[in-house]
Amino acid sequence: MTVEIPEDLRYTEDHEWLRLEGEEGIVGITAYAAGELGDVVFVELPAVGTALEKSQSFGVIESVKTASDLYSPLAGEVVAVNERLAEHPELVNDDPYGEGWMVRLKLADPSAVDDLQAAADYSRLVEAG
Amino acid sequence: MRQTALVEAHRQAGGRLIDFAGWEMPVQYRSGILEEHRAVRERAGLFDLSHMGELWVIGSQAGEALAGALVTDPPRLAVGRAHYSMICAEDGGIIDDLIVYRLAEERFLVVPNASNREAVADLLRERMAGRDAGVDDASLRTSLVAIQGPRAASILSAQSDVDLDALRYYSIVEGHACGIPALIARTGYTGEDGFELFVEWDRAVPLWQGLLDAGATEGLIPAGLGARDTLRLEAGMPLYGNELDLQTNPFDAGLGRVVKLDKAVDFVGRDALTRIAEAGPAKVLVGLRLTGRAIARHGNAVHRGGEQQPIGVVTSGAPSPSLGVPIAMAYLPPADAEVGTMVEVAVRQARVEAEVVPLPFYRRGAA
Repeated sequence: MTVEIPEDLRYTEDHEWLRLEGEEGIVGITAYAAGELGDVVFVELPAVGTALEKSQSFGVIESVKTASDLYSPLAGEVVAVNERLAEHPELVNDDPYGEGWMVRLKLADPSAVDDLQAAADYSRLVEAG
Repeated sequence: MRQTALVEAHRQAGGRLIDFAGWEMPVQYRSGILEEHRAVRERAGLFDLSHMGELWVIGSQAGEALAGALVTDPPRLAVGRAHYSMICAEDGGIIDDLIVYRLAEERFLVVPNASNREAVADLLRERMAGRDAGVDDASLRTSLVAIQGPRAASILSAQSDVDLDALRYYSIVEGHACGIPALIARTGYTGEDGFELFVEWDRAVPLWQGLLDAGATEGLIPAGLGARDTLRLEAGMPLYGNELDLQTNPFDAGLGRVVKLDKAVDFVGRDALTRIAEAGPAKVLVGLRLTGRAIARHGNAVHRGGEQQPIGVVTSGAPSPSLGVPIAMAYLPPADAEVGTMVEVAVRQARVEAEVVPLPFYRRGAA
């Protein structure tokens, strides 16, 4: 099975992605993770202004069968959350890299993005299961 | 891990296979749990239940032997009928819940859960000792396929020599489906009309494909254990390991009517269950409707009035695809179990408000 892993994003071992936009990073979960979870029915996101450490849990994603923690790929402050997920959690399944985004962070150190996995590394991780 | 005869068919349909009671079973297919759930409520779904047990109890005293082993009274079943039953311990705790079918005067089919199959077979043999009745565990040579949903009858009747209109709920008959010899029962675990088909192990493969082909135009799709769980939860049906276990008796679970205390044959658990019937159960199984969107899960604590000490525990919880809100079942003390009572469910760090509501959450035709 092949899943979409965009080249221009960075990834964590916990299956989050981060898109760097200037000093900010947009965060979501990968298509692989969304597929593994199944139908997403609820996403619990932090309040704007929350300060997050790298790898800190920032929310919870619930599918019909299970709940999973969401982890921040990098340190930063939450400057926006995807309010649409409250009414339309299925966007995480339908468009994980687009309308299914979760939080926007003001990164503490944008250069730390280099510590995250590139698409090629992440696809090896996914293939290894 | 054991595999059913249909494991390849599941893989080809994009089935996500998980370990369920030692069996490699599909939790969902490509369509996903929500769509599979919807298909069963609105059209029809096809389930592989071959992991479940099939125990034949045969002999001139088969009926009374079962009556001594179970809480129900199988001799009262007419040939071709079935009932829901349980096997209990001496203290009334539930060892398993079962369906008992009567195929002939001296021939019964007992269907236990996959996880309890061997324990139930052993216990039946032990409890039936001294009577002219034997137990034949046919589980590993019998496949079980269920077709469930409002269109199940029309799909199956076109592929069967059985007059399904004459087959009542909780009845069983020998016949053919897709040309394959089958025991056809009008039973299920979804809250919809439907049928369960017992066939020889390998014949499940042509039966599965035959039904899927025949039902395609009616919207029949394969459905996994994930949808089976949300469907039975909406229908208020207990699941062994969640609502039912050794620490729970039939009266706790609201299933006291199943226990035939007055039957002619003495049975294991009678004394304890008689006492419980008189005193009333210590806990009550209730339905909960949660406010908000967080999902209560098995094991979450239930509180009342902001108190620290929990009053009960969630046994099953899921987003209800039919109602669009999170629902759960929980055990609460009788004093807190009245419909309309407001409680709080501990979900992670939060307390989520929930209302005690009547079971079932969903009743077919009442939407």
